[in-house]
Amino acid sequence: MKTIKHIRIEQSSVFADGDELFSLAGEEYAVFARAVYKSLEIDYPKFYKMSNMCKLGFLASEYLLKDMNIKEKFVDRSRVAIVLACKASSLQADIEYSKTMGEIPSPALFVYTLANIVTGEIAIRHGIKGEELMLVQQEYDKEQLSDYVSTLIDEGNTDFCITGMVDYDENHRYFADVCLLGR
Amino acid sequence: MSVYIESGNIISPLGFSTEENYANILSGRSGLRLHTDSRLSDVPLQLALIDDALLESTFAAVVGDGSGFTRFEKFCLLTVTCLLKNSSIDISSPDTVIILSTTKGNIELLESYDSRRLHLWHSAALIAKHFSAYNKPLIISNACVSGVAALVVARRLIESGKYNNAVVVGADIISRFIVSGFQSFMSLSPEPCKPFDAKRVGLNLGEAAVSAVLTRTKLGGAEQQIEVVRGAMHNDANHISGPSRTGEGLFHAIKDALAGDKVDFISAHGTATAYNDNMEAVAISRAGLNKVPVNSVKGFFGHTLGAAGLLEAIIALEAMKDNRLIGTRGYSEHGVSEAINVIKDTGRHEVNSLLKLASGFGGSNAAVLLRKTR
Amino acid sequence: MSIDLREKLKGELIEQLNLEDISPADIDSSAALFGDGLGLDSIDALEIIVLLEKEYGIKISDPSAGKEAMASIDSLAAFIEKNRK
Repeated sequence: MKTIKHIRIEQSSVFADGDELFSLAGEEYAVFARAVYKSLEIDYPKFYKMSNMCKLGFLASEYLLKDMNIKEKFVDRSRVAIVLACKASSLQADIEYSKTMGEIPSPALFVYTLANIVTGEIAIRHGIKGEELMLVQQEYDKEQLSDYVSTLIDEGNTDFCITGMVDYDENHRYFADVCLLGR
Repeated sequence: MSVYIESGNIISPLGFSTEENYANILSGRSGLRLHTDSRLSDVPLQLALIDDALLESTFAAVVGDGSGFTRFEKFCLLTVTCLLKNSSIDISSPDTVIILSTTKGNIELLESYDSRRLHLWHSAALIAKHFSAYNKPLIISNACVSGVAALVVARRLIESGKYNNAVVVGADIISRFIVSGFQSFMSLSPEPCKPFDAKRVGLNLGEAAVSAVLTRTKLGGAEQQIEVVRGAMHNDANHISGPSRTGEGLFHAIKDALAGDKVDFISAHGTATAYNDNMEAVAISRAGLNKVPVNSVKGFFGHTLGAAGLLEAIIALEAMKDNRLIGTRGYSEHGVSEAINVIKDTGRHEVNSLLKLASGFGGSNAAVLLRKTR
Repeated sequence: MSIDLREKLKGELIEQLNLEDISPADIDSSAALFGDGLGLDSIDALEIIVLLEKEYGIKISDPSAGKEAMASIDSLAAFIEKNRK
C-alpha cells in the first residue's frame, strides 16, 4: 500500500503533505477548530457537538478525503479501515463530563468519554464500514501502528486505511498526524 | 500459521480463577446483587462488584505488597500473576507482547490523583515493568468491543510473525464516573438483566479482570487445543451511541470472522438493552445463523466493559471444552424481532467451534471464531 | 401557553444541544424537532431530559414517556406548563 495523502494539524495550523493549508497562529483551539470547519464549507452541524478530540480527527479526515472522489474510489466501504492511536485517550472529555457529575450528568458529554468515538465520527461522516481500532500510546509510535496495519492489510479485506495519531490532552495540547493508505 | 489460546484467568465476583468462575456459573450463581454504596450511586443498583477485602488479601498472598498500586492496577497485576502460574510462556521474552484492553482504567481517581496516573499508557507501562516485559505494551481502548478486539489484534500480530506469544489483559472497574454516565443514558436495569427477553429494560454493570495467553506453540501429542481461527471488526457508520437497526457492522464482522466456516455456538454481547439485543438478533439472522444456539452471560457477570469480550470468550471456551451450552440467565420469553435460538437452560451439547460477538459505542462491532483442534 | 416560554425554550435548546449556526428564528415552534426537523437524535433527546430537570424541575425516568412531549417546541412548552412545579 502507498500513502495517498498525509495531513498534520498542530499549533493552529493544517498541513497537507508538508504544505501549510490553513493557519491561525497563536489562536486558541476552539476558535481555530471553528475557523477550519467554516473554511471547509461543509454542512455538518454535528461537528459542534463533538469533543475537542473528535473535532480534531474529524477535521483531519475532512482534509484527507476532500479532494478525492470517494464515491468512485471507495467502491466497497466495508473494505475501508480506520486505525488510529492517541496518547491521552479521552481524558480531556472525561474532565468535561466529570464537571456535570455533581449536578445532572450530561449524556452528550458522557458519550465522548471513550477514546474510539473519534473513529466512529469519521466512519459516520464518510460511511466507512471497515475495521476501526483505537490504540493508546505513551509517545506517538508509528512503528507499532504500521506493524499492526500491515497485518490487517495482509489479511486481504482492506483496500484503504486511514491511520495515524489524533490526540487532544488534558492540558489542551493537540496533535493530529493522519495518512490515507491505499492500493 | 495457527494461533492458540493456551490458558486464561478470570478475576470476578464469581471467583478468582477460571475454574471457580465456571463452576459457579454451572451451579447457577450470579455475581449481581443490590448495592447501596453512595459513593457509586444515589439510588440502589444491581452491580457485580469484586469484594475489596478479598482483593486485598488475595493480592497480598499472590502478588505481594499492594501499597503504591491503585485498585485497577492491582486487578491487572493479580490476573496476570495467576495466569502465568498455569502458563509455559515467558512474559519477559522478546517473543512476547502484553496487550491491555480497557475503556477507563484508573478513571475513578480523576479528582484525587495527578493526571499522569489516569493515562491508560501509564497503567500498561506499570504492568509491563512489573513483569519485566521486553516489548512495549500495546493498549486497545475501543469501548465495549475492546476485549474481542484484543483477541483479534493478538492473533494477527502472532500470525504475522511479529511475536510468538501475547498476554492479553482485559479489565475495567466500576466507579461513579461510569455508573453516572450509564444512568444518564437511562440504560441501567433496576433488576438483574434479562438478555434477549421480552421484558428486558437495560443492562447491569460489572467488574472483572481477565487475562489469556495466545501463542503459536502447538502442544505435543493428542491434547486438545483451542485455536483462534479468525477475527474481524466493522463499523456501523450509523450513530456514535445507538446500534444500527440493520446490524450492519456486526453482520460484516460475523461474515468475515466465519469466512464460510460453520459454527456450533454463538456467545453474544447480549447487554439486555432494547436496541443492542435486537440489533444482534438482526445481524445473526442476516448471517443465516438463526438455528445456531446463542447465549449471553451478562446475567452472571453484568457488563464488564473492556473486560467483557475476553471474559465471555474464556467462559465460552470452557463450556466448549466441557461440551456444554450455558443458559442465558434472565431469559424466559423471547423478545427480539428475529427467531434466533437463544439458550434458556444449561445442558450437554457437542460444541467444536464458537463465535464471540461484541458491539459498542462508536458504532464498533467485533467477532472472533474459536475452534477445538488437536 | 406563553409565547415567552417557547422562545425561551428555543434559546435553551440551541445552548444545551450545541446548535450553532441556528438562531431561534430558524426554529418553527410546530415543526418536528427530531428526524428531518433540526436533525436531533437519541442523545439530544436524553439531553432535553436533562434540560427539563435542570431548568424546570421535571424528572422523566422513562425516555419513551418523553417522546410525545419532545415532538416540537409547542408540545414541549405544553408539557412544561402542565408538569412544572
